[in-house]
Amino acid sequence: MTAPTKVPLTSRLLVIRTIVVVTSLLGLNYVGWRWLASVNWSAWWIAVPLVIAETYSLVDSLLFGLGMWRLRERGEPPRAPEGHTVDVFITTYNEPLDLVMTTARAAQAIRYPHRTWILDDGNRTELRESAESEGIGWLTRSTDWVNMPRHAKAGNLNNALLSTDGEFLLILDADQIPSPEILDRTLGYFRDERMGLVQTPQYFVNVPDSDPLGSQAPLFYGPIQQGKDGWNSAFFCGSNAVIRREALMQLGVARYAHEVETGVKQALRTARRVIRSARRSPEAGEDKTLRALDALERDVRAARSELSDGDALFDVTYRFQQRVAGIRRELVAADLTALQADLDVIAELEELAAEPGESLTTVSLASLEQLAERDWSPLGAVQTVEALVSAVDVSRSDEAQPIMPMATISVTEDMATCMRLHGMGWRSAYHDEVLAHGLAPEDLSTMLTQRLRWAQGTMQVLFRENPLRQKRLRWTQRLMYFATMWSYFSGFAAVVYIAAPVIYLAFGVLPVQALSSSFFIRLVPFLIVNQLLFWVVAAGRPTWRGQQYSLALFPVWIRSFTSAFGNVVLGRSLDFAVTPKTRQAHERRWDLVKPQLWAMGLLAGAVIIGIIRYAVGQAEPLGLALNLFWAVFDLVIFSVIVQAVLYQGFSPTDTDTNTNTNTNTDTNTDTDTEADPAGVSADDPAPRRTTDPTPTGGTHD
Amino acid sequence: MIEIPVDHRADGIGVLAPSGRLNMVSARALRSAIEELVAAGHARIVLDLAETSFLDSSGLGAIIAGLKTARQAGGDLRIARPTPEVLAVFQLTNMDRLLRPRDTVDGAFDD
Repeated sequence: MTAPTKVPLTSRLLVIRTIVVVTSLLGLNYVGWRWLASVNWSAWWIAVPLVIAETYSLVDSLLFGLGMWRLRERGEPPRAPEGHTVDVFITTYNEPLDLVMTTARAAQAIRYPHRTWILDDGNRTELRESAESEGIGWLTRSTDWVNMPRHAKAGNLNNALLSTDGEFLLILDADQIPSPEILDRTLGYFRDERMGLVQTPQYFVNVPDSDPLGSQAPLFYGPIQQGKDGWNSAFFCGSNAVIRREALMQLGVARYAHEVETGVKQALRTARRVIRSARRSPEAGEDKTLRALDALERDVRAARSELSDGDALFDVTYRFQQRVAGIRRELVAADLTALQADLDVIAELEELAAEPGESLTTVSLASLEQLAERDWSPLGAVQTVEALVSAVDVSRSDEAQPIMPMATISVTEDMATCMRLHGMGWRSAYHDEVLAHGLAPEDLSTMLTQRLRWAQGTMQVLFRENPLRQKRLRWTQRLMYFATMWSYFSGFAAVVYIAAPVIYLAFGVLPVQALSSSFFIRLVPFLIVNQLLFWVVAAGRPTWRGQQYSLALFPVWIRSFTSAFGNVVLGRSLDFAVTPKTRQAHERRWDLVKPQLWAMGLLAGAVIIGIIRYAVGQAEPLGLALNLFWAVFDLVIFSVIVQAVLYQGFSPTDTDTNTNTNTNTDTNTDTDTEADPAGVSADDPAPRRTTDPTPTGGTHD
Repeated sequence: MIEIPVDHRADGIGVLAPSGRLNMVSARALRSAIEELVAAGHARIVLDLAETSFLDSSGLGAIIAGLKTARQAGGDLRIARPTPEVLAVFQLTNMDRLLRPRDTVDGAFDD
């Protein structure tokens, strides 16, 4: 564990901390009072969900406050040290060639000495020729990857890591055009020899100031990352980041050691059960086979006890394999006929081990269970035990390469990788300066798919490597990772925040006991101070879109939870319920936002019913006013969905810094995470000024 | 640059003795040296680290890749005589729990 370095206590930070304390106390006071004294238990079916949703929002606000407590605005970076070697990686799968080449040329023009590589997962001859004719390196998967799980972008990067040797790596998506000074402005942080990663913002040029699809994430690439940075947990976001190769490779080797150890232990446990099942087979009655099974069982037991005695694992497995091979040779000599019966199953085992998209340890449990349940002939058992152990031994025959530095447990490899890096004691930095200009999706369908992917990836990490349980992280680091995951639960809260005013307006059911002064006196100051905090930390950055989308995309967040749960816990494909990715220009896809349209219809209907109920004397004026305000506020939030459906794509006149219009980003970007869309939101509708290419452009201090 | 002298011993064991820095730059040289040895029929390999002054995780990665190559060919790769600095790199990644360094090159395959 590495202690976060000190954050200078500026007067700005002092103000922020004061507001954090006040808003936290007000929030705790309000929600505490809600639970203890104001829940309308007679309408528990809406009262309890509402108070839970409010508690959710309070926790979100507390986590946000924790980040802001150590907001780190790094300002001018340390000077880049000379003489280091750098590889610039441009990852691509199927993006248009000219798009990739534009980025590659810009990468080549980066000032600090480096080598530029296109990592072409599409293995395109044309791209190779263009690249090589301009002296740009071109890499595609090696033959090791044939019939192996490919792991999307993570696999692409892992492949390239073994074919290059620069001390530092700059990772760029195919549509992120780097500035010439990007390395000069980031390498300086690596003067700290424990610094493993420096992330810079992702900024999109094909987005109008109104940002109808919520592409920019000014609060995330700003205060949120700066807050995480203060606790030494600035996130890696997949692109526009510089990484120290040693940190990644060390992670890869440590993961390898961990997975091999876990895998071998599991395999030996399963081996015992395979042997037991073989004992029940009819042939087991014969002396010879019985002796073989006894010997095998002895060897498994010996191997397990050697391991628990602390013998080096490869010595144990080597001896074990030699002995089992001996047993097999004797048995084969005795009986060839029984062999064939089980060969198919053994082949099946090898396929199981190679299940795409799964890491070794996650695939093993389920498939090993199945194996142990089979009825084995003695010879089959020996062969199976042999195959079992070798599948998880040194060679990691389920993966293209033993060392996989980029995490493959999630479709958002960046977050998982970064969390592991922090777990190994590496530091990260967030440098708040736009040093690459990218392209965002220009249509609703692609945008929704992308957000779903990010959310799903985050949820996969939560289910597979819950940050709260990572013992090697400091508590505050765990909370910084958890905060991002927590923010995606806003989908459930949103449903309640829509339902509550609708239920009151339509049926007169109030989830709180009374709309007394004690209610307003607790709630209103909390809301105001909370918004003040956003306003202060945002320092002029627009955050209204973020707030809208954190509620308006509630079906996406809910689906990310259910599909990732289905994937990790139930073993279903992640794409079980993904929107088909059809991109029809100029077609208005109302069908993609049906739940939101229903919500808006219900809210609008409730507003009308509420007014009628008041007119006929059935509603309290205070309750009506509050709920009308609430319902209308919800409708304003959801209005962004209408704008998004109507959006026809970006037209270049909207901004002057645009260089790559009318080009869609594509599937490769689906595997990145970057935004904290449901994070927290301030209420400042002022549009952010567009890109400022000067070196301090992105820093707001 | 690293030098990797090769010794083909009479008992079929191949000995590699990288001298210098085994890092991200020289990792590939080690990988191909091991591949060549295995291709030449020496699947049992001793990696003598006595003269290896520095090891990083890329070097360690090359050792693991070499181990895979050797085992797939029915042999094994053993490491011998690492300096305390080099051994520390094994410990940092828990690789010392998997791969036990031998005290001598000659005795590396005795057990």
